[in-house]
Amino acid sequence: MSYLKRIIYNCKQATFLIDKKATSRLSFREMIELRIHLYGCSFCRIYKKQSRMINEMVQELFRSSMERDVKLDENFKNELQERIEAELNK
Amino acid sequence: MTLNPHQWVATHADYLYAYAITRVNDEEQAKDLVQETFLAALEKTANFEGKSSERTWLTAILKNKIVDVYRKKSSGLKNIEVKAEEEQSDFFEADGHWVAEHGPKEFGIEDKDHLVNKEFDSILKKCMEKLPALWMAVFTMKHIDEEPTDTICAELKVTSSNFWVIIHRAKLNLRACLQKNWI
Repeated sequence: MSYLKRIIYNCKQATFLIDKKATSRLSFREMIELRIHLYGCSFCRIYKKQSRMINEMVQELFRSSMERDVKLDENFKNELQERIEAELNK
Repeated sequence: MTLNPHQWVATHADYLYAYAITRVNDEEQAKDLVQETFLAALEKTANFEGKSSERTWLTAILKNKIVDVYRKKSSGLKNIEVKAEEEQSDFFEADGHWVAEHGPKEFGIEDKDHLVNKEFDSILKKCMEKLPALWMAVFTMKHIDEEPTDTICAELKVTSSNFWVIIHRAKLNLRACLQKNWI
């Protein structure tokens, strides 16, 4: 298989580079290879879009579950503070 | 900034609990972590320099405890890695092409305001729960806590090349799970 053909066929490598690029710098060569691949591959273009979307959605999920006001029950809290006081008075 | 342990529970316990539970997904364990955090903090009060807020300082202690949990959970890592290798070869043919049935399809919400789709959110949550603990830990530390890659690798004891593989597999599996359950 020619070098170019290998790039065009290799969705496995292309998706790896897409995910790597999301948080790190690609080498010049990696960048060019990814561009060439994406130009001809509609599957991986969808993957790229969805990969970013998933990051955003997971972040949003964490943010909203932090705001959702999960509360500890009062008994647990009282016992916990008592324990802290006991440690402080040691 | 000074510390006031007499008010710790009233001021920070719910926050720390919410922080823990979103990361370990287990109520009892999250409670234990909150308790351990306060007790560990009491021993370290002399180290508090007042540069950060009390809450930031306590959260940093909790974070370390959560990393310990991640580390323990991932001790069965070897088996998981093998399984992941098999799963990944399910996604791609030997020449690197997508296996026809796993090729990405549009979800139909890529261009809309996907952040408000409740139904999709609950599928996403279930899919995340299926991920191996170490993957989720790496993913959370990178994308939620935005820790530098070096820090994550050092804390979870993974090599940097493994780090990328884990991030990628987590994403491949998460995406495949969403496609399977949403479309």
